[in-house]
Amino acid sequence: MSSLDTRAMVLCALFAAVVAALGVVPPIPIGFLPVPITAQTLGVMLAGAILGPRLGFLALALFVLLVAIGLPVLPGGRGGLGVLMGPTGGFILSWPVGAFAVGWLARRMTAGTRPLPLFVCCALGGIGAVYAGGIAWLWLVSGLPLEKAAMGTLAFVPGDLIKAAAAAAVAATVRRVRPMPV
Amino acid sequence: MPPDPGKERRHRLMIELHDVRHRYDERPVLDGITLTLTERRVAVVGHNGSGKSSFARLLNGLVVPEEGRVTVDGLDTRKDGRAVRRRVGFVFQNPDLQIVYPTVEEDLGFGLKARGMARPEIAARVDAMLRRYGLEEQRHQAAHTLSGGEKQLLAIAAVLVLEPAYVVFDEPTTLLDLRNRRRVAEVIAALEQRAIVVTHDLDLIAGFDRVLVLDRGRVVVDDAPSPALAAYVERLS
Amino acid sequence: MILGLYLHRDSPVHRWPAGAKLAALVAATVGLLAWPGWTGPLAGAALVLWLLRLARLPVKTVLTQLRPLFLIMLIFFGVQALFTDGGWREGLVTTLRFAVLVLLATLVTLTTRIGDMTAVFERVFAVLRPLGVDPEKMALMLALTIRLIPLLVGQVQDIRMAQRARGVERSVLALLVPLVVKVLGLADALTEALEARGYDPTGGVRKE
Repeated sequence: MSSLDTRAMVLCALFAAVVAALGVVPPIPIGFLPVPITAQTLGVMLAGAILGPRLGFLALALFVLLVAIGLPVLPGGRGGLGVLMGPTGGFILSWPVGAFAVGWLARRMTAGTRPLPLFVCCALGGIGAVYAGGIAWLWLVSGLPLEKAAMGTLAFVPGDLIKAAAAAAVAATVRRVRPMPV
Repeated sequence: MPPDPGKERRHRLMIELHDVRHRYDERPVLDGITLTLTERRVAVVGHNGSGKSSFARLLNGLVVPEEGRVTVDGLDTRKDGRAVRRRVGFVFQNPDLQIVYPTVEEDLGFGLKARGMARPEIAARVDAMLRRYGLEEQRHQAAHTLSGGEKQLLAIAAVLVLEPAYVVFDEPTTLLDLRNRRRVAEVIAALEQRAIVVTHDLDLIAGFDRVLVLDRGRVVVDDAPSPALAAYVERLS
Repeated sequence: MILGLYLHRDSPVHRWPAGAKLAALVAATVGLLAWPGWTGPLAGAALVLWLLRLARLPVKTVLTQLRPLFLIMLIFFGVQALFTDGGWREGLVTTLRFAVLVLLATLVTLTTRIGDMTAVFERVFAVLRPLGVDPEKMALMLALTIRLIPLLVGQVQDIRMAQRARGVERSVLALLVPLVVKVLGLADALTEALEARGYDPTGGVRKE
């Protein structure tokens, strides 16, 4: 981190603030889905896809810190240590790792501006890594059998796949109109 | 801490530009400017895209020219960027993008903290600034809840607390209403420091010592305010 | 936003140092997770209720923060009761343990000022320095983030308004593409702003 320059620090703070802002705005309705989606996990994928693994991780670590110090930056004005301790806390705690995974994969796959590889990165990192952490936490604190803990979260996968597609499309478009910051 | 060469040469307080050329996205924005600025109040006017903004950023080393040289009291912006930025404060057009800490008091202390100044001294200087600009009541207020005029005052105070020898203003009144424009004009007029003001606001610069008109990266008029503005208006028509 | 979830009361719990509260929370969490059987969660529940009274927090506020968790807890209990060998008894213990953890953590958040909490984390970063964490940079980034949240909420609202005016309200792309492009532009401006005020990331803190 000692090599972080001013611009990198600013970008991390900005993306942490983006994720917070996406939690404060009302959920966005998507055409055919019955429930409007909260856009925060989109922010996780975007941070990874646009900032890369290291800064993406740092941006989301800052966001988790905001939650931990007690700012109401989660949907519904929630926040604080209670949420992180709760059954779903592992998912939020895994966001930095998720952003890292998205960024790392995007770099490995040299995804560039191609939407399909970017979608794969967002899905593997933003869903795979985050769910792994979330389920592990649930399993650890509840004593539920691992497969039962995992089953309970499956209902959210379709919505998150749509978010991965959206994040990939956004990242691809942004990468085309603006050269990468990192 | 290296010795500050500016200290020995304070008798020649001046900013010099030597044949400065600079491009942005392959487009020339500054095209051979040579100047010596010694006046207390200098204004820079010109229409959008005339190179005003890049010109302002040259003066404190935020932009280093591709060709040519800019020196502040003998300090080269290319080599002594850090020392130059200590001598030349910079006030941006949009205070929202200049205020970096959540509350008024913390933001005022930021530049001093970055210099490694001790806490009690920071507190004393911040107090003095809050009093001077009537922001005492807003001390603990969140910056985003300030009015537009208060934000610009905070942005200016946060630069002045660093006690620079020069202050560069980049369109400081563009986003303000009439009343706050007057307030900022008064603040600039009352500065002990030398000021270089880039602006569209011709009322702001009435009492200035020198006005430069920029057009396509060149200085096309360099005169006292009234003849300079007359020439500027003539060029526009 | 800047005040966070802190709720001011004149109580001993509020006056306890933030570092001690956080350390106690960590200890309680580890203890509860390691302690099998009924006694741990029951003792924890008694402790938490006593602390809530001591802190003079209104029941309503505490419940508001917990509301979204109730449903999850309920589902959680159901799954436990139906699918694990321990049955409903085991499910009740685990659910109670969870409730205690969440309540303890919420209690710390509601009784500790943002500034004090931030100071504790800054001390934690200082300890992590050998791992490559730079506490000054973390502190600056944290402050900058808190400063930027209202600015970005404003940006999001502006963009949504503009899209609504053009009738493309339901598109996530129409919100996020302009937002991210805007953010990258803001990064340039804010970097300049920090540097103009003499911030130098390589120098760190330098003595006069």
